[in-house]
Amino acid sequence: MAEVLVLVEVAPDGSGVRKTTLEALTAARALGEPSAVVLGAPGTAATVKDALAEYGAAKVYVGESDEIDAYLVAPKAEVLAQLVADKAPAAVVIPSTPEGKEVAGRLAIKTGSGFLTDVTEIAADGTATQVAFAGATIVHSKVTTGTPIYTLRGNSVTPEPAAGAAEEEAITVSISDAAKQTRVVDRVVEQKSDRPELTEAAIVVSGGRGVASAENFSVIEGLADSLGAAVGASRAAVDSGFYPHSFQVGQTGKTVSPQLYIAVGISGAIQHRAGMQTSKNIVAVNKDPEAPIFELADFGVVGDLNTVVPAATQQITARK
Amino acid sequence: MNIVVLVKQVPDSGSERALDSSDNTVARASADNVINEMDEYAIEEALTVKESQGGEVTVLTVGPAGATDAIRKALSMGADKAVHVTDDAIHGSCAVQTSAVIAAALAQMEYDLVICGAESTDGQVSVMPALLSERLGVPHLSGARKLTVEGSTLKVERQTDGGFWALEAQTPAIVSTWDTINEPRYPSFKGIMAAKKKPVETKSLADLGVDAGSVGLATATSQVLDFAGRPPKGEGVKVTDEGDGAEKLVGYLAAQKIV
Repeated sequence: MAEVLVLVEVAPDGSGVRKTTLEALTAARALGEPSAVVLGAPGTAATVKDALAEYGAAKVYVGESDEIDAYLVAPKAEVLAQLVADKAPAAVVIPSTPEGKEVAGRLAIKTGSGFLTDVTEIAADGTATQVAFAGATIVHSKVTTGTPIYTLRGNSVTPEPAAGAAEEEAITVSISDAAKQTRVVDRVVEQKSDRPELTEAAIVVSGGRGVASAENFSVIEGLADSLGAAVGASRAAVDSGFYPHSFQVGQTGKTVSPQLYIAVGISGAIQHRAGMQTSKNIVAVNKDPEAPIFELADFGVVGDLNTVVPAATQQITARK
Repeated sequence: MNIVVLVKQVPDSGSERALDSSDNTVARASADNVINEMDEYAIEEALTVKESQGGEVTVLTVGPAGATDAIRKALSMGADKAVHVTDDAIHGSCAVQTSAVIAAALAQMEYDLVICGAESTDGQVSVMPALLSERLGVPHLSGARKLTVEGSTLKVERQTDGGFWALEAQTPAIVSTWDTINEPRYPSFKGIMAAKKKPVETKSLADLGVDAGSVGLATATSQVLDFAGRPPKGEGVKVTDEGDGAEKLVGYLAAQKIV
């Protein structure tokens, strides 16, 4: 069976693999037998190996060196390109994070291949599905040159367990000077949150301009916490200083595709729709019955968010 | 410090956008074309660096003959001059091919710093600077929410989830900017008038020494097979809150087995 390389995304706090990795392993199975590639500091593979076995990795290629994390992106692309040359895989699947996309692009140049970013599905014949123009258009594409490289958009594929041998094979890490040009001097955590990561969360509750103030975002956070959800914000809310930019959902922010998306006080401008249109289930609360968000909503409440949302939060908490 | 800013003219993300059914490429002729919004942050950052370090800001774009609006916008904000790579053979090129064209153009320019926006709002591939870094062998500092220039050392705060990474590299280098890095200026009337007199150099593939057969739809490294509009969503339920909005909302979530 054809081998498909899957680049593993490790949680930054060392707690194991990110869900994106399990999604990528699942998607890769359409093309062949997935082999996981773990690149990072010494000791990284030990934290993720069990999960990789559980999600069908036949092999686990381990490239561990302090040099990988000391420089930005380029070392990973270099090691991965060497592995592609050695193993001649049928394809490479990478989680579609900012780093993952940069690795994919560099790998494409190094291996003379084509690549497709933010794919939501990969078919057995290699055809990938992408959504374009704020989710309004669905595109099918195929790589026609070299080893197809895909980056898989988070939450597009449901991870399905499948037993894999996860046979470990150490790979040599030898980083060229060319890949050591951008040094990562420090990694700084500014906001520590107990809420799920926005792009990985099964439920996202977002607030918009209608929330009216930074203080009032506690209404959004309250509902999110009652549902175990991540908190998002529209660009209007971020631009007004209600919530930090790293939580922005939309064209110039994060793209999310959760099971449930609750838009509160968000009108639904195309800028916002671009980041949430592929959510499975959309609920909207807005006082304006004409707000475009209702065109997308599976369930909408026309009303004042300051009464509806706290009441809903209370009822959800009471049901537990 | 000589700075090149990459800009792209794209269909306005606020208007109807489509693919052209004849060859599955972005329909640019029928669209309301504007400068890629994310590029304005790159231009602003280039002008800010120039103000503190001196030098010249050159705009580089690859696009059809009509892509001059994006160039004019950049020049009216304060860029000094522009290079416009245009050639019919480029139509339908994939990101890999386009990166070869841009790299060839950059190779003919003198630069210490190349600045790009985070992504284009049409293709949204967002890897062009990484491709150029790979082709040109210069460092890439990506996702910058802050850029500091200290002599030939560039320091960047790379935006991450809940924080940042501090990056450092030496010039020449490529920096891609996040939209938190600055607030782009509006062109002044004076700037708009001055832009009309600023030099715009047009280059063909032959000028760059790029083989026309190596770019374009026929030899692209990936191909769009087909596309379709997203199927319209079934009519959703909309209720008006009359004191029972929360109850109905929770009832819906319960019916969906979410609570």
